[in-house]
Amino acid sequence: MSDHEYTPKSKFGKWFNDRLPLLTLANHLTDYPTPKNLNYWWTFGGILTFCLITQIVTGLVLAMHYIAHADMAFDSVEHIMRDVNYGWLIRYIHANGASMFFLAVYIHIFRSLFYGSYKAPREIIWIIGIIIYLLMMAAAFLGYVLPWGQMSFWGATVITNLFSAIPLVGEGIVTWLWGGYSVDNPTLTRFFTLHYLIPFLILGLVVLHIWALHVPGNNNPVGIDIKKPSKDTVPFHPYIVIKDGFALLMFMIVFAFFVFYTPNILGHADNYIEANPLVTPAHIVPEWYLLPFYAILRSVPDKLLGVVAMLSAILILAALPWLDTSKIRSAVFRPLYRQFYWILVADVLILGYVGAMPAEGLYLLVARVATAYYFLHFLVILPVLGWKEKTLPIPLSITEPILGGSPNLATAKNKESLNK
Amino acid sequence: MSEKKTNRRDFLFTTTYAVGAVGVGATIWPMIDQMNPDASVKALASTEVDVSAVNPGKTITVLWRGKPVFIRRRTQDEIAEARSVKLEDLKHPEKDEDRAANPEWLVMLGVCTHLGCVPLDQKGEYNGWFCPCHGSHYDISGRIRKGPAPTNMEIPKYEFVNANTIKIG
Repeated sequence: MSDHEYTPKSKFGKWFNDRLPLLTLANHLTDYPTPKNLNYWWTFGGILTFCLITQIVTGLVLAMHYIAHADMAFDSVEHIMRDVNYGWLIRYIHANGASMFFLAVYIHIFRSLFYGSYKAPREIIWIIGIIIYLLMMAAAFLGYVLPWGQMSFWGATVITNLFSAIPLVGEGIVTWLWGGYSVDNPTLTRFFTLHYLIPFLILGLVVLHIWALHVPGNNNPVGIDIKKPSKDTVPFHPYIVIKDGFALLMFMIVFAFFVFYTPNILGHADNYIEANPLVTPAHIVPEWYLLPFYAILRSVPDKLLGVVAMLSAILILAALPWLDTSKIRSAVFRPLYRQFYWILVADVLILGYVGAMPAEGLYLLVARVATAYYFLHFLVILPVLGWKEKTLPIPLSITEPILGGSPNLATAKNKESLNK
Repeated sequence: MSEKKTNRRDFLFTTTYAVGAVGVGATIWPMIDQMNPDASVKALASTEVDVSAVNPGKTITVLWRGKPVFIRRRTQDEIAEARSVKLEDLKHPEKDEDRAANPEWLVMLGVCTHLGCVPLDQKGEYNGWFCPCHGSHYDISGRIRKGPAPTNMEIPKYEFVNANTIKIG
């Protein structure tokens, strides 16, 4: 694991470390050589860890007061808000924490897209990340059902009904998911159980994600392989710890703004009405972080194909390391990719906007164009760009462009093969 | 390459794997099947409704198996409209006669066949129902006419116990 042997200084430390090498692990994490040019877009890994821990801690506390029963869930949430000491604060942190978690994960994902962090040798890190993202969406959906408001109930109905699009077995699967003939108490209790389970699955995958990261080490804004440790690296502690810490503080200011000043702006007023199986709210919309995929679902006029398109939009990301054929990682040296990257960002934002609007008229047309472009980007533009694009010369090391020194032999060799 | 011969050990492996697979399956199945509707949910599978107070042109909504059921007493105009539609114009061709045996009474699950929302009464472009979620339009026979829903709204099993009472399920 570590690049060098480590021996604890104290006698007890040595005795312990020989039996369970926790100190070796701590030493590895402290000394872990990190590229010295990491910018603030690289601080979101730490921020996401903070988000996960926040959700687990606040969720644990909420579960002490929440009652997972169709007749009592809605009242128990109001009980948390009104009666439980600081219950309002804990619930608002948990509810807004979900949004903050997705905000951070989207920045984290788009950072990878810009700097090509998903490319060899980091494909496994990327795929584990996509699985974490899928689990996050599952956890967010399940959690949104628990307050048993109108949006909870109808969101649960619409999303579980997606499975009814599967030919032959679809209806059976939906009944099995519900534990009845509609979303009801059995559905609520199992959703609560699974909502409690998923964060711990995510925690396990985060450990694998970081472990897989520590094998090749961090990518960096220049996107070249670097020698570790070398003049191009700094130890994780204190350099990255301080930088991550500062970014986390900035992030917490945004977080606190939502919790204390506009705690309900990211939610829906309809969810303060108790679930009613006889009345569907006039306008069902998922939470903001799922809107782009919702827009893709609605832009396809066929039920099964709509569901297939929506799932493909997420799963296509897992194939990204093989769809992007360019050997150059960072968009800094890819003048064309850089432009397509920003078009993709705009495309996803547009999908998110039309996902929140009624699926008719101009909105529907825009959603269809944006959906088509989304798939075009991954399936056509990226593979073709790898062959056609004329990339800019990459530096031989992080320090080379500034100090003109210490070229990395591996990079130099790689560069020669690229120039051929 | 030596010739492959089936011996006692191969036989033991095969039988062990087979018995093991059956054992694993038999252990996992209860874990999966416990999520299916339980006996108490199935016990609520039928409901009786008194429809004597429903006037022509009115719809009542009752809850059956946790889902809304629309019971509409249709006017003569509505019946004529529902029966005049040509089957070629329908996405899911079904005769109104087959959907409402007693033409005055339309009894159907008030669940949109797209993603399960409850459509709104007397709305939409076909004077039937309109689903607010993703914009499916149904006619006065509950048949899908426009929008993403793949099929007509479902007709549950029901019967007239007497002139004023419908038993659903």
